[in-house]
Amino acid sequence: MTQFRIAPPDMPLIRASEITPKEVFLNRRQWLAGAGALTSAAGLLAPSAQAAQVIEPLAAKPNKAFAPSDAPTDKKLATTYNNYYEFGTSKSAPANEAATLTVRPWSVEVTGEVAKPRRIDLEELMRLPLEERIYRFRCVEAWSMVVPWIGFEFRHLAALVEPTSKARFVRFTSVARKEEMTGLRTAVPVLDWPYTEGLRLDEAMNPLTLMSVGMYGETLPNQNGAPIRLVVPWKYGFKSAKSIVKIEFLEQQPTSSWTKSAMHEYGFYSNVNPNVDHPRWSQKRERLLPSLFASRETELFNGYTAQVASLYSGMDLKANF
Amino acid sequence: MADTDSLPHLARWIDVELLGKSRQLMAKALVFGLCLWPMAQLGFAVVFDPLALGANPAETIIRALGDWTIRFLLIGLAVTPLRSWTGINHLIAFRRMLGLFAFAYGSVHLMAYLAFDRLFQWGEIVQDVIKRPFIAVGFISFCLMVPLAVTSTRGWVLRLGGGHWALLHRLVYPLTFLAVLHDWWLVKRDLTWPIIYAVILALEMLARYKPVKALLKRHSPFQHNIAGR
Repeated sequence: MTQFRIAPPDMPLIRASEITPKEVFLNRRQWLAGAGALTSAAGLLAPSAQAAQVIEPLAAKPNKAFAPSDAPTDKKLATTYNNYYEFGTSKSAPANEAATLTVRPWSVEVTGEVAKPRRIDLEELMRLPLEERIYRFRCVEAWSMVVPWIGFEFRHLAALVEPTSKARFVRFTSVARKEEMTGLRTAVPVLDWPYTEGLRLDEAMNPLTLMSVGMYGETLPNQNGAPIRLVVPWKYGFKSAKSIVKIEFLEQQPTSSWTKSAMHEYGFYSNVNPNVDHPRWSQKRERLLPSLFASRETELFNGYTAQVASLYSGMDLKANF
Repeated sequence: MADTDSLPHLARWIDVELLGKSRQLMAKALVFGLCLWPMAQLGFAVVFDPLALGANPAETIIRALGDWTIRFLLIGLAVTPLRSWTGINHLIAFRRMLGLFAFAYGSVHLMAYLAFDRLFQWGEIVQDVIKRPFIAVGFISFCLMVPLAVTSTRGWVLRLGGGHWALLHRLVYPLTFLAVLHDWWLVKRDLTWPIIYAVILALEMLARYKPVKALLKRHSPFQHNIAGR
């Protein structure tokens, strides 16, 4: 246990040196104003992509337990550097291509081992207790960001359908609409669509597990998984499935799209762990964007050991990667 | 002067007036400045406008430097065929500079990777070269550039003798091929640039093939008879 960093419960570990300097933050505002003018000018000529996205202000009370004293990653960066393969495999593709996805109306089918299976409208989900939480976001590609999510705890959604005693796992399924998602139209599918991810029920019910409907004080941009996505901050980013249309409570452990594509690279748990290397990326350190150097030491469970270590007591985390 | 005559005259004018002895120093200074430009732009962005480099500036920098390494190699390889096709013999005066710029960009590219991505952790770096073929290929390509950069001086040409020197410097063909392969294997999605590089390299190699070379020269619009020749 000595390798676990001791921290007060519910206290994300974010260093003072990682705070975005005020000048950068203010510059960004100027830049955004300029970019806004450019976008609207471009919109006149090509009324497509960006113009179609409706992003609305979304108020939510900041949860002080997850409100560290630092500023999060620049919004511009967090919304233009994304992995969302349904819109293409480059980091910039989602921001350019995702506007074609229709995100209203939206509903989520919640089914499986539950007493009250039902399809839930987004509007109803948005009435669950929303709060703002600033979480670390660690990608398996060894970069990370700090994101102010708005959302509700997954357990509130579970309460609506009442999982039975048989339910031991949860599968999340992302939207897959060929006509709206360029990345689904490739000759050879990049992954086994639709995108699915899975959690153990107790992982899903952990208070850290969030269903997010917004970020940076607004509804989610499409490229970040609008209108509703999963956020599991102690696991690598790909576990946090985007644009969810179906949630199933299961008796058996589900197999995710990534596990299907490369069993030895992407395990079921995929907890952030500096001691278990991915075959293509060392996980010892990470690059906190937009820093130049990949110099930040990656922490076990992405620094959320206090909240989640008990889920894995007695487990061999190397075997169960 | 008939229209058909203007191209040969232009080529001759470039060769004698623009790149000839009297203005060559100025032309070289200009090309030197142009070659430095991409590096200067990156340096400027790092210091004054980091957000212009995107969310992952290290990735942006490393890729830009790698791209320019390949581009300078390809520009350098264009000198000989262009010279033979257009008859602008003084182009040869720029080949060494272009090659050395390719080496300079390649060196900074490698240094940026070692520093930003790997923090000079040599154990990790060795693992990276062994485990990831695209890194191995890029590393070999760089290693092959070193002897060419070292022997690029007039002194080394004399020491080796023209024949041996030319033989050694044929390494530029395989090393450019490996550099393009490095890019091709890295980019899994949008192959546009690797394909452009590969096509240019293929054309440059083709233009060196003797029958093609002769054909190009015979039909060159730059080398019709100029009055008085």
